Amino acid sequence: MTDIQISHLYKDYPDKPVLTDFSARIPQGKTTCLMGPSGIGKTTLLRILMGLEAPDSGTITGLPAPFSARRSLRRRNTGQPHPHMSAVFQEDRLCGSLNPISNIRLANPTLSPEQVKAEMEAIGLTGCFHQPVRELSGGMRRRTAILRALLAEYDILFLDEPFRGLDAGTHLLTLNYTKERCKGRTVLLVTHDPREAEKMEAEQVLLLE
Amino acid sequence: MKNRKNSPKIRLWAVCFWLTVWQLGSMALNQKLLLVSPLQVLIRLSRLAPTAAFWSTVSFSFLRIAAGFFSAAFLGSLLAALSARFCRVMELLAPLMLAIKSVPVASFIILALLWCPSRNLSVLISFLMVLPVIYTNVLEGIGASDRQLLEMAQVFAAAPRQIILSIYLPQIFPYFRAACGTALGLCWKSGIAAEVIGLPTGSIGERLQQAKVYLDTPDLFAWTLVVVLLSLSFGRLFLFLLDQLALRLELV
Repeated sequence: MTDIQISHLYKDYPDKPVLTDFSARIPQGKTTCLMGPSGIGKTTLLRILMGLEAPDSGTITGLPAPFSARRSLRRRNTGQPHPHMSAVFQEDRLCGSLNPISNIRLANPTLSPEQVKAEMEAIGLTGCFHQPVRELSGGMRRRTAILRALLAEYDILFLDEPFRGLDAGTHLLTLNYTKERCKGRTVLLVTHDPREAEKMEAEQVLLLE
Repeated sequence: MKNRKNSPKIRLWAVCFWLTVWQLGSMALNQKLLLVSPLQVLIRLSRLAPTAAFWSTVSFSFLRIAAGFFSAAFLGSLLAALSARFCRVMELLAPLMLAIKSVPVASFIILALLWCPSRNLSVLISFLMVLPVIYTNVLEGIGASDRQLLEMAQVFAAAPRQIILSIYLPQIFPYFRAACGTALGLCWKSGIAAEVIGLPTGSIGERLQQAKVYLDTPDLFAWTLVVVLLSLSFGRLFLFLLDQLALRLELV
């Protein structure tokens, strides 16, 4: 996998333009931080990179399966998955009736329940192995979503405000765990907190204005 | 959490109250031909139940109505899945489902008598009554699937089997269960109505018709009670097993 090159990306919604001639390079094997005020298009950019939305124009190269803006649209319409991607979305996006282990194994079925349990313990998720996630606290659900993304097989990891809603103690524990697991991997982190970017040892910070 | 106001429970005191009203009503009327007492119905049922003919009649109707229900539940779910996937299938089935829902059950029974032997009439009629209920509800359940979860599965390249088991089925299950709850009552009502009109030999419908012809009111009430008990116990057992399966598959 090479660096990801985003060139002249445009994306408009009916009420307002979101991305206008956006270009950037996301280095391979490093953490890149994406910052900017709310509603500026950070999540939209992530959605385009994940293939969940098509840009109006522009090209993206260097993703695990190289695709241009047009190809992205075609892939989305055919429902083909984008391989080797992982993400923590702004929302937890967990299957409420499944327990945390099943939710995590949904992203990576090759993991054994014992492996998942060991990782859950490392992030402070204990005593909830067989509980449906809808019965867990907000912080536990968030950590389950983070763990699901980190334990998936991926070449690039998208983190959209991953630590939001975690209390101070859990925040630090989860951030350190995430940093350790992401060493040497390509990560695109969206955050409003410059300290998070610093603690995650981001190679570069992209400012969307 | 379930709203208790929306799911009234059958209380023993309420059942006793209405049985007393029935008993007093029959005593006041004192006309066995018009209204027998609950006690007389129970006595008649206790005479019927030990006979082999009774169980043969019960199994004849039960097997056919249950077959109609299960085949409609399976086909209704399958057609709903196909309709959700291919909009042309949905467009094709829309007028058919509307017609099945709108045509009176008696018209279907009379029409069906021309097509198939009366022996299997209750299979077809209960199938036709259950099919649109299951189809409509399951289709609605699929339509209400969480798009955010589907996007998540797409990003993680989850296997189709996992997507169906972990995302679609938990979403569809409450709709399917509600449809089954409604359809279980419908299939018994329509199936027995079909037997009363078609008069297949050895069916509950035939026994009801005979009771009417010979003005044997205790028999009529006893066989009606049998239908009610069969419908309730089959419905309860089916929904219980369905809930157990859902728990096992982590659908709820």
